[in-house]
Amino acid sequence: MERVVQVIVDGWATGSLYGALALAVVLIYRSTGIVNFAQGEMAMFSTFGAWALLEAGLPLALALLGTLVLSFLGGMLIERVIVRPVEGGEVLTVVIVTLGLFILINSGAGWIWGFGNRSFPSVFGDGTLAVAGVSVAVESLGIVAVLIAIVALLFVVSQRTRLGLAMRAVAMNPDSSRLVGISVGRTLMVGWGIAAVVGAVAGALIAPRLFLDVNFMGGVLIYSFAAATLGGFDSPLGAVIGGWIIGIAENLAGTYVDFIGADLKILVPLGVILVVLLFRPTGLFGSAGVARA
Amino acid sequence: MTGPPRGTAARTEQRLRAVGLVALAAVALAIPFFFGSFRVGQFTQAIALAVAVLGLNLLVGYSGQISLGHGAFFALGSYVSAILIVRADVPYLLTLPIAGAACFAAGLLFGLPALRLRGLYLALVTLGLAIATPQLIKRFDGLTGGTQGLSVPRPAAPAWSGLADDQFLYLLTLAGAVVMFALAVGLVRGSVGRALIVVRDNEIAAKTMGVNLATVKTRAFAVSSMYAGVGGALYMLPIGFVAPESFPLALSFGFLAAIVVGGLATIGGAVFGALFIEFVPVYASDVDEALAGVIYGTVLIAFMYALPDGVMGLARRLWARRPAAAPPSREQDAAEDGDADGLSRGGARSEDVVQGIPGGSSR
Repeated sequence: MERVVQVIVDGWATGSLYGALALAVVLIYRSTGIVNFAQGEMAMFSTFGAWALLEAGLPLALALLGTLVLSFLGGMLIERVIVRPVEGGEVLTVVIVTLGLFILINSGAGWIWGFGNRSFPSVFGDGTLAVAGVSVAVESLGIVAVLIAIVALLFVVSQRTRLGLAMRAVAMNPDSSRLVGISVGRTLMVGWGIAAVVGAVAGALIAPRLFLDVNFMGGVLIYSFAAATLGGFDSPLGAVIGGWIIGIAENLAGTYVDFIGADLKILVPLGVILVVLLFRPTGLFGSAGVARA
Repeated sequence: MTGPPRGTAARTEQRLRAVGLVALAAVALAIPFFFGSFRVGQFTQAIALAVAVLGLNLLVGYSGQISLGHGAFFALGSYVSAILIVRADVPYLLTLPIAGAACFAAGLLFGLPALRLRGLYLALVTLGLAIATPQLIKRFDGLTGGTQGLSVPRPAAPAWSGLADDQFLYLLTLAGAVVMFALAVGLVRGSVGRALIVVRDNEIAAKTMGVNLATVKTRAFAVSSMYAGVGGALYMLPIGFVAPESFPLALSFGFLAAIVVGGLATIGGAVFGALFIEFVPVYASDVDEALAGVIYGTVLIAFMYALPDGVMGLARRLWARRPAAAPPSREQDAAEDGDADGLSRGGARSEDVVQGIPGGSSR
């Protein structure tokens, strides 16, 4: 029994990380209709940035804070310089550009930091905590708490601030937003910045659980896409809950289904995406798209 | 493309094009006799890659769907061929169509659920497939030889031909590629190609005209996977070895870079794109391991901004702008003259790529 609970809590934590990256993907998708394939690599780059700051001698908290600021600026810069020229264009064009960004960031990081792997310290240490007689890792609980805090913060920003209102307006109708005086470009830039920050948080929390190397977010990205698909691609809450479901399912399947084991865990998100597309293409919380000629 | 006396201009162009094809064939046939065996091996690989790139271009360029997982089908083709040769003693030529058929079936199976929604989801699912490929191969190590890979006896040149093995393998691969390219030309010029283009450019219009979207898309994906599979088998035969590490995610991205560089929705672009992804990493790795990736990424972005119809599109535009020809109204002419001849069709195609791909239309 204790083992099952541990597996579930661990899966819940992992799922929160998938949910965090999925949240970043969904934030951009909602406001621009772009699926940012480079989201995971942006997070990878941020995490390497944090690592470099640590190596330079900064304390962990300061390094992470610096990384978040830099990620915000980096996200805005990427939107302005690379994505803006193709925004609103054909899906194919946009996807190819974000894929180009994927490869560019991945190889760029390889160029700067090499392809070896490193260890990355955890914010939460490696203690355990006894909850109702079952010992669970503090790290797992911490990760879940961080994700919930992010969602709460995003909700407040989105519903209670002028910026949030502007972002919702731009997502709904960019042309009308421009007419009422919202700077659409600047709003989108901020949106990309926020997504980059959320991704960076995910990266910094995932890195201690895996090793930090240039490809460590590749697999995570697929889980996040699965989470977003399951939750509905335009629902932030769906992304988080989708992440949780997938994280827990993955951990249970990896532990108790022999055929899957550690190697084929990657089939879990693929299976989830396919099943969702077959039976409920809008996901659990997504809204159905309406095409107009 | 126009020139005042249209008929004669078109005929000259057709003749020029035929001359160009003959010249290309002559160069292709001459390569194994003018280069050392290492270089010939590289060209052989480039030709095999070209088949897979062509397959991806049929999908992306003509039907507008994106697959990031063609490396997986490439791998499947390689392994089907290798396993048949090693474990069942099937003659190597026979393994090519079997590899193609296996990938066609896999493409159908995989595309069926993913193609219910446009573009995007196929990209997601196939990206996952590409990431999972090495692990999947290792998991079925009883069949695939796991991490150690499989050594396959390389086809030897028949004694009567007087060719060295590497020359024979080159010509063999070339022959396979010519068959696949000829099939693709037929496919694209026929009703299938037109259906694909309509689906890409306007799904609703396609539906109205009685094109069954799901069927067309799924078949396009299956055919495209088949090309990747045959390409994979052709790639494996001359090397005589397959291992999981031969099929990283970078391979699938390389295919995408190749079609963008060569030109979306062009047949000839596949050759250029394949040469690009065969030789750029060779030279780039002298500078830095990561440079090839940096170049791919930059090229993908830069081409989408500046040259959305790739090198082939650029060549066409330069050709159309040559001194003797073409007042600026050539778009209209190309659109108006229907299907008078092969070349103006080619022109119309490049125009519709320009309008179709680079974000000209609003969302």
